Amino acid sequence: MPEIRVITFREALREAMVEEMERDSSIFLMGEEVGHYQGAYKVSEGMLARFGEKRVIDTPIAETGFAGVGIGAAMVGLRPIIEFMTWNFSLTAYDQLVNNAAKLRYMSNGQFKMPIVFRGPGGAAHALAAQHSQALESLYAHVPGLKVIMPATPADAKGLLKASIRDDNPVVFIESEVMYALKGEVPAVEHVVPLGVAEVKRPGRDVTVVTWAKMLHTSLKAAENLARDGIEVEVLDLRTIRPLDSEAIVASVRRTGRCLVVQEGWPFASVASEVITLVVREAFDQLDAPPEAVTSLDVPMPYATNLETFVLPSPERVVSAVRRLLGLEEAPTRPAVAGGAR
Amino acid sequence: MDAGLLLDLYRQMALCRRFEEAAAKAYTQGKIRGFLHLYIGQEAVAVGAISAAEPTDYIVATYREHAHYLARTGDARAAMAELYGRATGASGGRGGSMHLFDAGKRFLGGWAIVGGHVPIAAGVAFASKYREEKDVTLCFFGDGTANMGSFHEGLALAGLWKLPVVFICENNQYAMGTPLYRTMSVPDVAVRARGYPMEFEIVNGDDVLEMRDATRRALERARRTSQPFFIEAKTYRFRGHSMADPAKYRSREEVQKWMERDPIQVLGQRIQTLGIANAEQLRALDDEVKAQAADAVEFAEQSPLPAPESVGEHVYA
Repeated sequence: MPEIRVITFREALREAMVEEMERDSSIFLMGEEVGHYQGAYKVSEGMLARFGEKRVIDTPIAETGFAGVGIGAAMVGLRPIIEFMTWNFSLTAYDQLVNNAAKLRYMSNGQFKMPIVFRGPGGAAHALAAQHSQALESLYAHVPGLKVIMPATPADAKGLLKASIRDDNPVVFIESEVMYALKGEVPAVEHVVPLGVAEVKRPGRDVTVVTWAKMLHTSLKAAENLARDGIEVEVLDLRTIRPLDSEAIVASVRRTGRCLVVQEGWPFASVASEVITLVVREAFDQLDAPPEAVTSLDVPMPYATNLETFVLPSPERVVSAVRRLLGLEEAPTRPAVAGGAR
Repeated sequence: MDAGLLLDLYRQMALCRRFEEAAAKAYTQGKIRGFLHLYIGQEAVAVGAISAAEPTDYIVATYREHAHYLARTGDARAAMAELYGRATGASGGRGGSMHLFDAGKRFLGGWAIVGGHVPIAAGVAFASKYREEKDVTLCFFGDGTANMGSFHEGLALAGLWKLPVVFICENNQYAMGTPLYRTMSVPDVAVRARGYPMEFEIVNGDDVLEMRDATRRALERARRTSQPFFIEAKTYRFRGHSMADPAKYRSREEVQKWMERDPIQVLGQRIQTLGIANAEQLRALDDEVKAQAADAVEFAEQSPLPAPESVGEHVYA
């Protein structure tokens, strides 16, 4: 048996970067506060001392600038890791990711590779309000040419980041501020998790819960509570949003006949919509109930803690949705919110 | 004066001109679609600058890049076939006029969101420095770019990290249909380089030799000191912003005044004054490139369309 250690999500990410940078001198880390400050969230702590200023590069607050520099460097063969202090700030560089990184290979007819990883924390933390609390994976997953990765455990964080760094395509790698301290078992030996492969994190026969990232833990908690009532939920962790592991989703839903998607982001035109479309198209005959989604409410994130808690998916809402799918509960009255999805 | 060099620069500029005239004709015939941004009038900038570069120096350009592509690759067939959307085109018919690429010849696009390629050029230069290679990156863009945030972020990082990149602003007086004086607080774009800080030079972009010399100095300096440099080339676009633009916002007198600076005419006169060639010999040279443009059109028209079943290729490596 390979040796297993317990480390944090943050340490797992750091190990992935350090090991890959030791292996390949064309890899460098660039971003705000990654060097001398030791990382805004300490993910890159110690890396400056280890690799020097040439390979651990502090930038000004200029996301468009340093995202573009990474893209240019990747175009001619380097393998940059670009850290966004948070994915909220990536929006100022959205043009670079969507128009340049994602499209170069296609519009040049395959003349260039784009081996670049954009990484950093996304989603809500605590009481950071509307501009700092957004789960933006749907925006990036919409774009052909990008891969979108969202790990939920330290082992997956390490293995998926290593695979992302080795990939020749632009990878959007979204972590979570509130998971950086999460501990978990990670193999001590070389550990690479292939992109595009979902994993059943808890097997079950009654309902398939499709989820990823932070919502995996919300879903697992709900699954535990439901198990006390004899309801066995299968929790499928997507790990990669794009390319989506359609086979794993469809196979699980065909087994259980019921599907719930749990995502942190907004409901409209989202990853949940995509998964539900897939399930309806590919597993319609096996469905015993219409697929459901538990998502954030369709509002910008409010600051007040009671409102924030109300907006975000919770284990209680997941439990309710599962019971609804099983016909054990009536649909609740939804809060009236603006937007396209009610 | 190197007679061979002058004749070569003349031939290159004439090829760009004849190539684009042929493209414009094909466009009006409906054979070329989409946007077609002509460079006619500005040829001295691309030809002069790129003639000063080593073949290993990188070129990063905009959506008005036919001449830059031709000056670097000389491949009129691949360029025209791309405009026609053919499989034999520079980008296999996936890019079109605005997205010409030749990785092997270090021609790195062909970018069509104003300003978006400026940080990319800085990144290419970053890679040269990272690998301790001596190549310099040439980054072309228009005056309109200088109001974009990406322009300023790209210059700021190039200045901060001392990247070997030469920024070449082609000031053709108009950001699409709006004159510079209505879009910019300063008459010379180049002064904006000062704060990053970056040495700059303002040159007559309609004089191919002046353009070549200025670029040579900038390249030499960038190569030797690993410092960015900024060139502002004053020039003029004889045609509209694109084929869709009749350019009614400019007076006939204004256009006429600039056309007297036609870079091909200017160099042609100099060649004759210096006794390097006479009018007839220049006409023969012109006929040669006209034939080359016609050959490119024929090649494009006879080339196969990209296969529909290939449409999913190259989304991912």
